[in-house]
Amino acid sequence: MYVAVKGGEAAIRNAHRLLAKERRGDPDVPALTVAQIAGQLSLAVDRVMAEGSLYDVELAALAVRQARGDLIEAIFLLRAYRTTLPRLGASEPVDTGKMVINRRISATFKDLPGGQVLGPTFDYTHRLIEPELQEPGEVATAEPVGESPRVTDVLGHQGLVEADGEGEGEPGDLTREPLDFPAGRDLRLQALARGDEGFLLALAYSTQRGYGGTHPFVGEIRTGDVEVELFVPELGFAVTLGAITLTECQMVNQFKGSATVPPQFTRGYGLVFGRIERKAMSMALVDRALRAEELGEEKKAPAQDEEFVLAHADNVQATGFVEHLKLPHYVDFQAELAMIRDMRALQERERRRAAERSEAAE
Amino acid sequence: MSHPRPDPARREALATLARADADRLKACWEAFEPKPVHRVVKGPETGLVMVRGRTGGGGAPFNVGEATATRCVVRLATGEVGFGHVLGRDGERARFVALFDALGQSEHRDRVTREVLVPLAAERAAAAHRKARETAATRVDFFTMARGDD
Amino acid sequence: MDAAVLEGGFADAARDSQSTFRAILSALSEPGTVHPVTAVAAPPAPLGPAAGAILLTLLDQETPVWLAPAFGAPVREWTTFQTGAPVTEDRAAARFAVLDTPDLAGFDRGSDAYPDRSATLILTADGATPFALAGPGVDGRRAAALPLPAAFAETWAENRALFPRGLDLLIVGGEGVIGLPRTTELLCTSR
Repeated sequence: MYVAVKGGEAAIRNAHRLLAKERRGDPDVPALTVAQIAGQLSLAVDRVMAEGSLYDVELAALAVRQARGDLIEAIFLLRAYRTTLPRLGASEPVDTGKMVINRRISATFKDLPGGQVLGPTFDYTHRLIEPELQEPGEVATAEPVGESPRVTDVLGHQGLVEADGEGEGEPGDLTREPLDFPAGRDLRLQALARGDEGFLLALAYSTQRGYGGTHPFVGEIRTGDVEVELFVPELGFAVTLGAITLTECQMVNQFKGSATVPPQFTRGYGLVFGRIERKAMSMALVDRALRAEELGEEKKAPAQDEEFVLAHADNVQATGFVEHLKLPHYVDFQAELAMIRDMRALQERERRRAAERSEAAE
Repeated sequence: MSHPRPDPARREALATLARADADRLKACWEAFEPKPVHRVVKGPETGLVMVRGRTGGGGAPFNVGEATATRCVVRLATGEVGFGHVLGRDGERARFVALFDALGQSEHRDRVTREVLVPLAAERAAAAHRKARETAATRVDFFTMARGDD
Repeated sequence: MDAAVLEGGFADAARDSQSTFRAILSALSEPGTVHPVTAVAAPPAPLGPAAGAILLTLLDQETPVWLAPAFGAPVREWTTFQTGAPVTEDRAAARFAVLDTPDLAGFDRGSDAYPDRSATLILTADGATPFALAGPGVDGRRAAALPLPAAFAETWAENRALFPRGLDLLIVGGEGVIGLPRTTELLCTSR
């Protein structure tokens, strides 16, 4: 039960002023600009966009600054902001096959059409703290090689890998209709795309350690820009709105076959805003784990439990419910206190009565 | 409502305009003389577009997340209507796109192509090529090592 | 594109839709009383300015609207261009409907789990049949002259019996908007 409290206005006002002061830090040090955050902490900005489920670099950078770098707080700010805006429509499905590639690797196929490019990766760095960051200097260049089709499209033709599947229906939208179980794969992917990176990472890790193992290989990871198109009825065609950065992960998993279908690799899919490879990979692993029932596997691990995964993946929901515990619960607690006093009094009375009885008996 | 017939040239022009950054678009508008008499009939209004992907890359659609977008509709005194749709929250950018779209339907069509669309597309292609060359330098050829026979 | 479709939207979308929303809210909380719509909208005929303002205020991309056949292509195109709302021919799919006769058949009455998802009907009509209203938002009984046939009282009683499900009605005339929420009891006093 909720009971309102009042009061504390002056203290709250002062706390907010103190927050502003501490957020600013040493006034002799220059204040952070939004351009600095967007340009130099771009992966923090990407994470806020992905989990805030709102692609807007400037807004996400503002949120990071306002939240003093607390990314879940920044995600919360972005989610709150989006509720003030009307929905203009839904884009045409983006074509990741036409992505302008900035990174593209495969752990399974050495020689891909279009080649593998490492892009600006942390992989192969020595993880040594550099007190003075290296100046970028002149960047090497080379002649680009043609198109980079999705690996799964290349392999799919041979029937060795499960196809993408069909369907052109209107996908479910958990920001419009409350999530209900069982959820379709469309809703699962939406929930995972906006889910907490840490939670998905832990679940993905659990599948590797045997809690719903799927024997995964990275078929392909690609990061780059894709164009977003919106159909405009007055024009009669889809217009290009601009490009956004996405990371896609195609996970190739253990086989499945039947009397009629020869054995083939199954797949898990990850697609997230920004350059967030760890999350795209985790998403693909969890997506695959959640397909256990569909693929006739025994469902016994947390990562295979749709309700467990989807109901706890959203960090704004999670932080809201966990953190609300610090708000005044005086009346609830008073009720419990009264109950425990009654219980103790009752126990004390019974103890005394038992003692009197035994004294009388002696 | 009946849809007009799709116009590929207009579609390409709108894409070129939407890809251009705000400063370049503004510079193009400032350089375009004489300015047409026009009226903003709708917007600029900022809202959300739900970005869709496809399961597995090519399968059934699903919702990835939203992006901010701004749209604007203008009408020239000569009657042509222009539409501007861009990612982000920059109303002025949406208005410039709409204005050049309207001008592209007018008698100034060739000037818009020559003075705005061609240079913007060329700049963009050059920038994209520069980026592609930097990425290409990180191309890797892994090779598998033969194991020893002993 | 027809110029009439592009014109006639709100000059100041935020303030105009706020004042119109306030009028609608007041109309529904005091059923039977007339609330002027002051924001200026200029939709194509035969849709009136007050009904146009209400559409501009309530409709968006995600609210399919059904328009009575009397409202031809100009009104349809204006509605879609100005609000983004798709025009539907399927009454059951409509979140809003604009009617020129009080025919409630086929519109979504909502579900027991989500009674709020029922359709809201906007009736544009003039006329004055005396009715008496009762229910939430009415202190005792309220007399009101409404542009509805006397027999509408029975139709409305059927709608009211569905509570918490049911349709809500906005009656729009020259003077402004009158609200008839699903909770209002309607009694014909002319027979």
